[in-house]
Amino acid sequence: MTDTVAPRLRSVANGAKSSCFALSERQREALTGYLFILPLFLGAAVLFFYPILRSFELSFMQTGVFKGETFVGLKHYRHLMDDPKMWQAMVNSMIYALVGLLEVPLAIFFASLLNTPGLRFLSFYRVLFFLPVVTMPTAVGMVWQLLYNVDYGPINQGLALAGFPPVSWLTQPVIVIVAVAAVGIWSGLGQSIILILSGLQTVPPDLHEAAEMDGAGPLQRFFRITLPMISPTIFLVAVLNVIKSLQVFDLIYIMVGPKNPVFDQAQTIVTYFFEVGFVEHDRGYAAAIVISLLAMIMMVTGLQFYLQKKWVHYG
Amino acid sequence: MARVRSSESVRAHLAVHAVLIISALAMVFPFFWQVMTTFKTQTEALQVPPQLLPATFGFDAYRQVLQRIPFVDMFNNSVLSVVTRTVAQLIFCSMAGYAFARLRFPFRGTLFVMLLAIMMVPREIYLIPQTEIMKSVGLLDTVTAMIAPGLFSAFGTFLMRQFFLTLPESLAEAARLDGANRFQVFYLIMLPLAKPGLIALAIFTALWTWNELLWPLVIISTSSNLNLSAGISTLSGEYVTDYPMLMAGSLMAELPMIVLFLVLQKRFIEGIATTGMK
Repeated sequence: MTDTVAPRLRSVANGAKSSCFALSERQREALTGYLFILPLFLGAAVLFFYPILRSFELSFMQTGVFKGETFVGLKHYRHLMDDPKMWQAMVNSMIYALVGLLEVPLAIFFASLLNTPGLRFLSFYRVLFFLPVVTMPTAVGMVWQLLYNVDYGPINQGLALAGFPPVSWLTQPVIVIVAVAAVGIWSGLGQSIILILSGLQTVPPDLHEAAEMDGAGPLQRFFRITLPMISPTIFLVAVLNVIKSLQVFDLIYIMVGPKNPVFDQAQTIVTYFFEVGFVEHDRGYAAAIVISLLAMIMMVTGLQFYLQKKWVHYG
Repeated sequence: MARVRSSESVRAHLAVHAVLIISALAMVFPFFWQVMTTFKTQTEALQVPPQLLPATFGFDAYRQVLQRIPFVDMFNNSVLSVVTRTVAQLIFCSMAGYAFARLRFPFRGTLFVMLLAIMMVPREIYLIPQTEIMKSVGLLDTVTAMIAPGLFSAFGTFLMRQFFLTLPESLAEAARLDGANRFQVFYLIMLPLAKPGLIALAIFTALWTWNELLWPLVIISTSSNLNLSAGISTLSGEYVTDYPMLMAGSLMAELPMIVLFLVLQKRFIEGIATTGMK
């Protein structure tokens, strides 16, 4: 109803202004729209759009220490295929991502506990679980380096009290990646809990009551009702978790220094990219590494979207 | 029914609390160990088996941090980064987000998809070209260069667009009828209503900027130009690892954000829940 009146009234109201600029109402709206997005797109053009194209270009270039750049086609990509360091980095990133996925069941467990009806001190628990999320990863890495220390770290001390021999967490291949991934879980758990908790709160309680009437036990209700109902949230958390894990840099960089005997065996894709691009200054090859990272993230995410048909229920 | 089952549910609650308390203690144990270590002497920190508490509470480690790195400069750089990036993103992202949500213009869809592409691509892809750009404009190793890429955000724009889409359009219509122009509608009507979205964006930007490590490491070479996150990573000694000093430095760097979180905890948790994990 107002649709027919509003434009006419509007043009009356704007009558004085539109005589200065002979623009129609639609043109004025479009112009305003462009003005509103202009600052963002100016910045993005220089700092994001151009760099994406430039990274693709660089990945086909041989760059020297000095200015020169020569086109070398797929040379870097072929080199990637038989670069043992790159394979090592990819395997490590994959291990890190797989271990990191344990965060999801842990978050479901704690979110379910926090979702207990009428639970007291809820916000107190939420704050404690969330504290690591806001803590600077650099600081987290430094603290856990001490916690993991073979001789004077409290973790091995705890193991000793339970009768286990000390473990050299950060100086053995594979174990170092698992150990750092565990720190990643510690620092991200609170966030996953909050996301899954908000999913749990959308499950209507009468569904549970009905199932309870029908004689379903708590575990059965959890696996048959709650889990399928929140599966879209779980899927989202899992996808974001894997993407984040494949890009891990901070914790590895801090916890595995160049003095570490397994430094070379503990690199991930992004730490290797950092090494090649900013320590060895081989920009062309580093660009090829980062383009491969993009391809890898797209493939893994695509795979997850394909697999979701088997377990995610959209109501 | 509730009364009949009350003793059973009390017992269930006690079990839940027991599990939660033990787990929550495990979650905060690293902080406890960190804080206790800052008060220890180097000898105490290297004691086998490790002791929970220091013999006496000393503050030497904190003093050493201040001597070892230009902590105050780094702190100022971090604060400056957080403030400028947050203000810039609140302005640029809310304007662009509003345009994508509520204004019609040619190629709106295409432009929006381009923004989504920026969000999907891993951040690392920008680093080398951004470094080249900073070098070509003579900004290598400057705080300006360290701040610049975070002034604009595709993710923030996406977030604000989603938020503006939830606001009723009829309000804007009414204001237009009263003679307000489009900028006034945005600034006086829609922006105040979008406050929860703006707060979420501000918290997300501040947290992410405060904790950022990779870009500062890449673009900065003078330690007084680093932010705190990259700055404290330079604390590790070449020969001996001075754990009390490392713990003091990491605590001093992480504390401002933790205090902010404790003050604004509800806003933080809501903000992170709405911004997802990006």
